[in-house]
Amino acid sequence: MKKMTKATVAAASILALGAGAVAAEKLTIGLASEPTAMDPHFHNLGPNNAMTLHIFDRLVDQNEKQQLVPGLAVSWKPIDDLTWEFKLREGVKFHDGSDFTADDVVCTVERAPNVPNSPSSFGTYLKGKSVEKVDDYTVHFKTAEPYPLMANDISTIRIISDEVGCGAATEDFNSGVAAVGTGPFKFVSYTPGASIVMERNDAYWGEAPIWSEVEFRPISSGPSRVAALLAGDIDMIASVPTTDITTLAANDEIQLSQGVSNRVIYLHMDQFREDSPFITANDGSDIKNPLMDVRVRKAISMAISRDAIVDRVMEGVALPAGQLLPEGFFGVSDNLEVVAYDPDGAKALLAEAGYPDGFQMTIHGPNDRYINDAKIAEAVAQMLTRVGIRTAVETMPRSVYFGRASRGAEGDLPEFSFILVGWGAGSGEASSPLKSLIHTFDTDKGFGSANRGRYSNAETDALIEEALRTVDDAKRQELLAAATESAIENVAIIPTHFQVNTWAARKGLRYTPRTDEYTLAIGVTKD
Amino acid sequence: MTVFVIRRLLQALLVVFLMSLIVFFGVNVVGDPVYMLVSPDADQADIAAAIQRLGLDRPIWEQYLLFLKGAAQGDLGDSFIFGEPALQLILQHMPATMELAFTALFLSIAIGIPLGLYAGLYPDNPISKGIMATSILGFSLPTFWVGLMLIMLFAVELGWVPATGRGDLGSFLGIRSSLFTLDGLSHIFLPALNLALLKISLAIRLTRAGVREAMGQDYVKYARAKGLSTRRIIFVHVMKNIMIPVVTVMGLEFGSLIGFSVVTETIFAWPGMGKLLIDAILQLDRPVVVAYLMIMVLFFVLINLIVDILYSILDPRVRLQDQGS
Repeated sequence: MKKMTKATVAAASILALGAGAVAAEKLTIGLASEPTAMDPHFHNLGPNNAMTLHIFDRLVDQNEKQQLVPGLAVSWKPIDDLTWEFKLREGVKFHDGSDFTADDVVCTVERAPNVPNSPSSFGTYLKGKSVEKVDDYTVHFKTAEPYPLMANDISTIRIISDEVGCGAATEDFNSGVAAVGTGPFKFVSYTPGASIVMERNDAYWGEAPIWSEVEFRPISSGPSRVAALLAGDIDMIASVPTTDITTLAANDEIQLSQGVSNRVIYLHMDQFREDSPFITANDGSDIKNPLMDVRVRKAISMAISRDAIVDRVMEGVALPAGQLLPEGFFGVSDNLEVVAYDPDGAKALLAEAGYPDGFQMTIHGPNDRYINDAKIAEAVAQMLTRVGIRTAVETMPRSVYFGRASRGAEGDLPEFSFILVGWGAGSGEASSPLKSLIHTFDTDKGFGSANRGRYSNAETDALIEEALRTVDDAKRQELLAAATESAIENVAIIPTHFQVNTWAARKGLRYTPRTDEYTLAIGVTKD
Repeated sequence: MTVFVIRRLLQALLVVFLMSLIVFFGVNVVGDPVYMLVSPDADQADIAAAIQRLGLDRPIWEQYLLFLKGAAQGDLGDSFIFGEPALQLILQHMPATMELAFTALFLSIAIGIPLGLYAGLYPDNPISKGIMATSILGFSLPTFWVGLMLIMLFAVELGWVPATGRGDLGSFLGIRSSLFTLDGLSHIFLPALNLALLKISLAIRLTRAGVREAMGQDYVKYARAKGLSTRRIIFVHVMKNIMIPVVTVMGLEFGSLIGFSVVTETIFAWPGMGKLLIDAILQLDRPVVVAYLMIMVLFFVLINLIVDILYSILDPRVRLQDQGS
């Protein structure tokens, strides 16, 4: 026993020595997309949210699987129906040496929704919430109605400093003056288009990063990013192009890290128009929209081979999907399986629904938004054509696509009949897609804003709304799972696969993949 | 000459105005920027607020009038994505593009003219034939492919220069540029070469053709008869005469160097205006696209003017007077 202890101590001291030896190491990361500002409240956008997380912390953190873990708050709980209490971490210091207290939280919550010229505001998450300081290390968030997702919403907000941050403009964050947080790295420089440099915060309250300096370089062109890694200019790259994954996997000098994301790729179907614009009979004449018949929607789902999409189109780098989020996420149903590929069953169902010879349809999709998006649309069209639904493909740049798919037709209605889209659950649980994609489009309640098929089902809606009122986690989980089951059984949407993201690093480095697709320097470890 | 310049400037103003019409309406009928900006989590009220904030709820002619009103005061609108004035963004990115374009122009002249001269003086020499054959490649290979090949060869295989990015900046006479540091020079070499390739070929062909033509002219024969040295004939008399087409084309091509830098900057992750433009187009940042195009129009107009003025210096026969009337 004594020997053991000795050995452990020896091992620990070697580890400590090792840690000392790497103390002055620099990490350079090549990013596919660049943040638009260093202001953590300017633009609610993936690259921005990932970058600012180096400098700033949130009250509630999301770990690599997007589970909620303590950040600047050590605990949180509802104290009555309308109030959530957050206990703050004591002894945390900002990069300028000032203390982190409840005042910083209060002023952050006031600033975050009101940044001038913000292209996409964090007001989305703070709507209807007010914050109150109880003492230096306790705050209360209040809502007008019971609100279970408080911690999820709060986990999107990065805390800035009362002294230098709250009164500052976005330019002050970009110049670094106001970019003072409590995070693992300190701001050094930001040159748009060229580089973002940070240094280690030695006084960090959490586990100290192993990198003394980190540089991020935006290299938007995929082949150039790979070449820069191969040339040894940079240590790691995000978003490895699928076409390069096989070659890089065979390269001994490169190490790949892959992980499933929170992004489901799915098909949305027009379920609200009797005469859908891109559906006709085989002879080209108008027909009543077949997608309103659940049997037709089921048949389409059965006609699609998820395995073929994953193996052939995605070259194995994706997971077949049977619901809105991959397993492991909060609110996922255990009862749902990936729909099996069954072309004969699909034909039989189509015949039963009155379309023994199928019909004609166009699938619309983006060609620069999701991994291999245009190819997936083509594969789906071929599979549908095989069961008799003669499907044409039309893809377009996302800048054109999303506007038309959301409000391209008369009266700001969705323009297309059958579309390929993706959804990343930013909150890391099932209410996010359920609320936006599945719930009836309802401007007053703010539900269904991305429901481009306008699926509407009273039973599903009721389950979603009840879940969004239920504070008890176990009960809410059940309700979310039930809502998902109801949506999938009625074929509100047809999920095809979950995206898998790939990072590549030089030999000896490893990245812990994150479901939120963020590239964080603290996630890079040495073997 | 003053009258000429003033007249040309007035013409330029008209061109700029007409372009603003074409550019503004062209850019504003494509796509829908709202969905490029708002978070997917945004609800209907957030989306409506974004539409209003960007002024997209107004009729397009009203948006255009607002744009014109701002433009007259030097305000080309705020970037949808960065929230900063579009003009300021472009000006911030301009030095990087300019140093790239100037380096490329320098390379095209420094490499293209001597090679063209050689090929013109000794047309039957195998080296000349080699130069001409290679220049065809310079014309015909696509820039992005050559760029990637350059990276693969010089950065990945040989490891001589970095693959992407702009190096350290140095200061000289108050100008900050990557041309003043060794690191910066090693970074600019590949993108500048990539950008210059087409222009080098162009300079070779123009110079060669000019030399071939000039060498048979009477004034060259006369100069020979007079006993002038070959060096003097070539570098003073022939060069002076063949420089006119070369200066014209290279001057005009300088504009296209800036324009073509879009591709090169994307491949080499060069933080210039071209990359800004590509990103703006992909994300439908309309004010930046419009402002960029307006600036380019101004550029081409100015370059044309400068080329005209240079003519008169190179060739006294050219008079800068009313050529239009």
